[in-house]
Order: sequence, then structure tokens, then C-alpha cells
Amino acid sequence: MNGQLILFALMATIAVVCALGVVILDNPVRSALCLVLVLFSVAVLFFTLHAVFVGAVQIIVYAGAIMVLFIFVIMLLNLGTGEVDKDRLALPKWAAYLGAAATLSVISAALVGVPQSYIHPRLADHLTGPDTIGMELFQANWLFPFEVISILLLVAAIGAVMLAKKRI
Amino acid sequence: MASVPLESYLMLSAILFCIGVVGVMIKRNPIVIFMCVELMLNAVNLTFAAFSRYRDLGDASGQPLPSASHYVDGQIMIIFVMAVAAAEVAVGLGILVSIFRNRVSINVDEIDLMKG
Repeated sequence: MNGQLILFALMATIAVVCALGVVILDNPVRSALCLVLVLFSVAVLFFTLHAVFVGAVQIIVYAGAIMVLFIFVIMLLNLGTGEVDKDRLALPKWAAYLGAAATLSVISAALVGVPQSYIHPRLADHLTGPDTIGMELFQANWLFPFEVISILLLVAAIGAVMLAKKRI
Repeated sequence: MASVPLESYLMLSAILFCIGVVGVMIKRNPIVIFMCVELMLNAVNLTFAAFSRYRDLGDASGQPLPSASHYVDGQIMIIFVMAVAAAEVAVGLGILVSIFRNRVSINVDEIDLMKG
């Protein structure tokens, strides 16, 4: 066992346990806090994959901004009281578990086909900082998708304002 | 350098994705459903990062190609996924607020206006 494996195992355990917590816990506030822990452990996994900038953005945008939005809406709508009627499921719960198990088994079967040359990293050990991402984003092939995604964000912001307004 | 194999990352993200799928199907609170969607998006992001790191850029002898030393397409896709997730959360929570204002309850079983 080397350090990388120990770190991966620790973070994977935290991520899986907290993801189960998101689903199992009834109180939405507790689910949100578990989701924050999942996001942090995934950010650490990004760091172990040398995706430094993406990990930082994960912490700032996901664990910061998006989770604040979630908590804010939970508080605003006074939803922190847990679910009341859980017996009105249109679909039995075991069907959901069965579907998820089937999905997991299909993905696991697909993992067998991953080429062996992908198993060990061959990249040089450089960290991907903002400079690399920025050069790729603004100078290489990704400029047009970047503009499209910025328009999408603008439309979403305007749409959210229109939806949340009292009177349109 | 002994490191974590790629399959571990892929398996972890598959497990996270399936936990998110279960949450979307069994939860009745739309906010928690949104959280589970975020969980699934994060699992996919992890796959992107893992493949971006482990992508085989070398020639036959395993030496990295000098022109391909900055292949970060996977990480740029992660940034796009994050932007789409932020847009989705903003619009979705706006819809929730407006539903709550009109109908008081936001249990997904009771929101069936579009049911044919």
C-alpha cells in the first residue's frame, strides 16, 4: 500500500458513504451536507488526477455556490422537515434498486473492455493549472463551445429571474 | 511510479452514478432529486478526469509525444459540464420556487398538471 492508494481508498470511501447518505437521509438539509462532503472528496480525487484547476473550480463553484443555492432554497421553502408521505410511490422501491444494479453491472462489464494500455498513466507528471486550461479554451478548438456555453448561462440566468418573479 | 489503476476511478464513478440513479427514482422531494442529479454529473466528471489523466499519448515505446503534452480535453469537458449543471440548478430551483408559490406543496407526486 502506497500513499496514493491509501488516499484514493479514503476518498472513495467518504464519497460512497456520503452519497448513500444523500439518498438515505430523510432531511434535505442533511442530504445537502452529505453532498458537500461528496463534492469535496471528488475534488480531492481531481487533485490526485493532476486536474488542479478543475478541483479548485469544483470546490469554489460546486461546494460553494451551487450548494449555497440548494441550502438557500431549502430554507426559503421551509423544506427542512423531512418527507411526509412516502407510501405514494408509483413504482416499488425494489424496481429502482434493481434498475440501478443492472446499470452498475452493465458498466462493470464495459470496464472489462478498457484497453490495458490505459491502466497506467503515461502522461508526464505535470499539473494542469489555469494556464493550460485557458490556453486550450481560448486558443485551440474550444473557443466556439465556450461562447455557446456562455450564452446558455446567460439564458439560464434570465430564465431563473423570470421564473422566480412574482408577476411576469 | 505506482499509482491507482484507472479501473478504480471508473468503478468508483459507476457506483456514485448508480447511487444517484437510485436517489432520483426513490426520492419524492425535488430538491433531493436535484442533488442526486448533481451526484450523477459528478460521477461523470470523475470519469472525464480519469480518462484525461490516463489517456495514452505515447508512441509505441511509451515515450510521451512532445506535441501532445497538454491534452486536457477531458478537463475542459468537466468545465462545460459544471456550467451546464449550474444553469440546470438555477432554472430548476426557479421552477421549484414558482411551483411552491402557486401550489404550496412541491411533492413530485402532486405535480401532475402535464399528465395526459
